Amino acid sequence: MSNTSITEIVNKNLQTRYKKEARFRRYGQLSIFIAVTFLFIFFTSIISKGYSAFYQAEIFLKIELQQEFIDPDNTNDLEEIRYGDFDGIINESLYSLFPEITKRSDKRELRDLMSSGASIKIQQLVLEDLSLIGKTINIWLPLDDEVDMLIKGNIDVNLPEQSRRISDLQISSIETLQTQGLIKNKFNKTLFVSGDSRESEQAGILGALVGSALMLTITFLIAFPLGVSAAIYLEEFAPKNRFIDFIEVNINNLAAVPSIIYGLLGLAVFINYAGMPRSAPLVGGLVLALMTFPVIIIAARASLQSVPPSIRDAALGVGASKMQSIFDHILPLALPGILTGSIIGMARALGESAPLIMIGMVAFVVDIPTSPLDSSAALPVQVYLWADSPERGFAEKTSAAIMVLLMFLLLMNSLAIWLRNKYEIKW
Amino acid sequence: MVIDMINDDFKTLGNTETSNKVVMSVKNCNVFYGDNQALNDINIEVGRSEVLALIGPSGCGKSTFLRCLNRLNDTIDSCRVSGKIHLEEEDIYSGEIDVVMLRARVGMVFQKPNPFPKSIYDNVAYGPKIHGITTSKEELDELVEVSLEKAGLLDEVKDRLHTPGTALSGGQQQRLCIARAIAIKPDVILMDEPCSALDPIATEKIEDLINELKENYAIVMVTHSMSQAARVSQRAAYFHLGNLIEVNDTEKIFNDPEHELTKNYISGRTG
Repeated sequence: MSNTSITEIVNKNLQTRYKKEARFRRYGQLSIFIAVTFLFIFFTSIISKGYSAFYQAEIFLKIELQQEFIDPDNTNDLEEIRYGDFDGIINESLYSLFPEITKRSDKRELRDLMSSGASIKIQQLVLEDLSLIGKTINIWLPLDDEVDMLIKGNIDVNLPEQSRRISDLQISSIETLQTQGLIKNKFNKTLFVSGDSRESEQAGILGALVGSALMLTITFLIAFPLGVSAAIYLEEFAPKNRFIDFIEVNINNLAAVPSIIYGLLGLAVFINYAGMPRSAPLVGGLVLALMTFPVIIIAARASLQSVPPSIRDAALGVGASKMQSIFDHILPLALPGILTGSIIGMARALGESAPLIMIGMVAFVVDIPTSPLDSSAALPVQVYLWADSPERGFAEKTSAAIMVLLMFLLLMNSLAIWLRNKYEIKW
Repeated sequence: MVIDMINDDFKTLGNTETSNKVVMSVKNCNVFYGDNQALNDINIEVGRSEVLALIGPSGCGKSTFLRCLNRLNDTIDSCRVSGKIHLEEEDIYSGEIDVVMLRARVGMVFQKPNPFPKSIYDNVAYGPKIHGITTSKEELDELVEVSLEKAGLLDEVKDRLHTPGTALSGGQQQRLCIARAIAIKPDVILMDEPCSALDPIATEKIEDLINELKENYAIVMVTHSMSQAARVSQRAAYFHLGNLIEVNDTEKIFNDPEHELTKNYISGRTG
């Protein structure tokens, strides 16, 4: 074949080759575009639905802390004062703003504007400082979640009165208060400092956040050392035989077992057999540790394998024992990879709800857990619980909880990247 | 055809004994990888104050043989070694000498420079530290300096002992690896093609260094460069397909090889 014809053949092929390349590049761009679009839709939907949960309608009231409501017998006893009629005080203050409302049923509608959290707030103030009794204070107090929804525009006022949960009288009173500047949207501190509640305006994410943090700590403390030791043994010490092959296959299988099955295992072993408390972060942490353990083994083995053999040779060559070569040279080089893999495994565990439901963490828990043995909620389960609640106020709370969960995940992933960069040894 | 030149009861030609003090002696050494025999009945002595060059075509078992001498083959699961290898009086495969002790006395320099990803100082200090050779910080500092000095690297790095060893040039890294090997005061230094990844100037420096080092150590070096073998070694051993064909004084091997295979290899017809 002459040279010219080879040139012709190559020239002809060249066109199709370049076309293939361009096509492949476009496929790649398209898939990234699709991924980014969905991510964008996801975030906009969550943020647009959830941002309003970060503020909450409050009312500015002038409250007279009258002795006869709080402590009629003048006992000065904290226990007595705790049961004082703080609702009554707030109602008096509210009625005084609307002297024209006199009917009992109308007054009740007016009372219903207030959140039950309002009287608790006053109660707390008084219990902290008894000298306030008899004085008058000006204070912002939370309104009921229906009022909050109305102010945020989530209630259609054009519906007939019977079809909405807020009456015409209530709407007109709110409008009056708004024009007087007595109702304002305030930052919703409650969301970050309290536990769950049946009332959406008093529900907070802190209980679930603390529960999740406790669980992840336990998961890490158990799964990381166990997983890394197992990986080191399998990679560096284990003999190559059928039995070890069998173990390896099973570890890989364990990583793929559906999480709910780990939940059932936890229920049977930790709660029914070992008698650990239900709904406790301890049990949740143990279950998630079981789940994360194989993931850490796989990640750790992969990074141990990626350490160049020349480093092993070098260490053994100067007379390091196997143990020394692993702990002085191989492990430090593998550590960034191990940490990244582990944190990604932990992030998966953080988002897991199915196994936690199996061990009772789906319970309604108001208190913020102080130890791993307390009953507790967890972030993903809290999302599930709130999404399941019928009150309108919980819809935005659900999105807010998702945002908090995502922030937590983002923090963990940033930590993974930071650790990788910090410990990565440049060659 | 070539293989026909080696029959079953083939005996290595030349002189396998050294005229210097014997440091290592290898008797009837066979190495197997699984069912494959990689080395066939090797007999050779390594003497103090000399450089023994191992030459031969790729895959002939030179590196395998080198790794037998400090038992680095142990890390390969399928590898089996039979025969006797003595370091002075002790049989290194019989358990008379611990493998960690053996590797402290038989140092190694590898083909690709492989400093630890640590500082220059830590690279050299690691061996003495794990063996507990030095008792004080000052002693260790001195040992590091002396080792770097002997490796001809001290002048180039003395201002930056605590910078990463991996940031050095290839030739400097290889001299760092030599410093690391001599810091634990071995009897023998094994070198597996120490210059094959280096440029000619770095190679020349390493060769000069080997010339100096041989006064105090026994050096066994694998090389693919005939000229390098001729320049630095006193004795040379020619391997072919797992057999040790011929051992002799370097001069004799290059000028008057006894075996046909050696002659072919030296003159560039094989390998």
